[in-house]
Amino acid sequence: METLIAGAIDVALALAVVGLAWGALASADLFKAIVLFVAFGLVMALVWVRLNAPDVALAEAAIGAGVTGALLLAAYAKLRAASPDANVARAGGMRGIGSISIRILILLLAAALGCAVWTLPSDYAGLGKEVAANIDRSGVSNPVTAVLLNFRGYDTLLEVMVLLLALMGTWSVGATAPQRETAPGPVLDSLSRLLAPLLILVAAYLLWVGAHAPGGAFQAGAVLAAAGVMLLLSGWRLPAALAALPLRLALAAGPATFLLLAVITVLLEGRLLQLPPLWAGRLILIIETTATISIGATLIALFLGAPPGKEDRQ
Amino acid sequence: MTASDYLCAALLIIGGLFFMAGTFGLLRFPDVFTRLHALTKADNVGLGLTVAGLALQAESWAVAGKLLLIWLLVLLAGASVSHLIAQGALQRGMRPWKR
Repeated sequence: METLIAGAIDVALALAVVGLAWGALASADLFKAIVLFVAFGLVMALVWVRLNAPDVALAEAAIGAGVTGALLLAAYAKLRAASPDANVARAGGMRGIGSISIRILILLLAAALGCAVWTLPSDYAGLGKEVAANIDRSGVSNPVTAVLLNFRGYDTLLEVMVLLLALMGTWSVGATAPQRETAPGPVLDSLSRLLAPLLILVAAYLLWVGAHAPGGAFQAGAVLAAAGVMLLLSGWRLPAALAALPLRLALAAGPATFLLLAVITVLLEGRLLQLPPLWAGRLILIIETTATISIGATLIALFLGAPPGKEDRQ
Repeated sequence: MTASDYLCAALLIIGGLFFMAGTFGLLRFPDVFTRLHALTKADNVGLGLTVAGLALQAESWAVAGKLLLIWLLVLLAGASVSHLIAQGALQRGMRPWKR
């Protein structure tokens, strides 16, 4: 009976994921597509929970649904502001010969991925045993954090770099954002005053708990970004004194620390990001703390979409 | 099954019913204001009953406290966001539905 109910839940989740993904891609109305995409992210987080991957579920809910949804809505608002008379709809992006070849490519990719999954040996245990055997030397007790920050630290290094690159790309093309503070009204004002400190506390908790339970820099950074997005929405702007060097320091702290550690480990240990077991726990905490600050700051800056402070100096 | 298990199941089922009623309201009600009305009932009462049911099964007081905190946060966010949506709708010239 229990497996039957669990199976029914799994099937319903799988159908909902596919249906929402299809709706988000096929919807002619951009706003509807964004809402469906956020719903897709939330259901996807539930799927990760069902697959016993709470770390990924947290990241998916915070980044995939939350922050990405906010970024998409911000982009949608800018699109509408740019062309207020034209109803923002998809201008036939999925028609013609080009789209047919794209569809064939997607189908081929799906078939190849399906084949790859299908031909996996069913008794293959993965690398879980090796991670469990070496977890004592990683400096943390949560296997996901051990893999992300120690055993395969270079993956995370590149992810942090990609985020910084994305912001640099946005800043290099974007116009400047208006830097006037606006009054949010009493409800939004009191809500943001209540929630912002709480979100910062939750981010710190997620960062700390990542050493032995689901959590970590990306989840904590996303929660930090949520606080920033809410403050931006309620009219707050970064003070001009902090907009130049301090903001850039916050953006670069994580990638710079990570990169410095990579160079030091190459010089001292001979291998990239080979953390000495005695120091690993402390080093991981330092990387994760600076990465959390940088990820949060980068996501907030991406939401703003332009380097702040320029209008003030004019 | 003990008495608290039965109580937990009853709370979860009633909570689920509230969510279902809220969803029907969201789909069937005529305008944004009545839909918000349906939705906040589901979120506040439905989630409250669900949290009460789950707190009965919690391993420790700390877990029950965290569940309660989640409910309070959803209450706060739900009420504020409903107010903001309704205000935004009014500012765009939508008028509450009348028969």
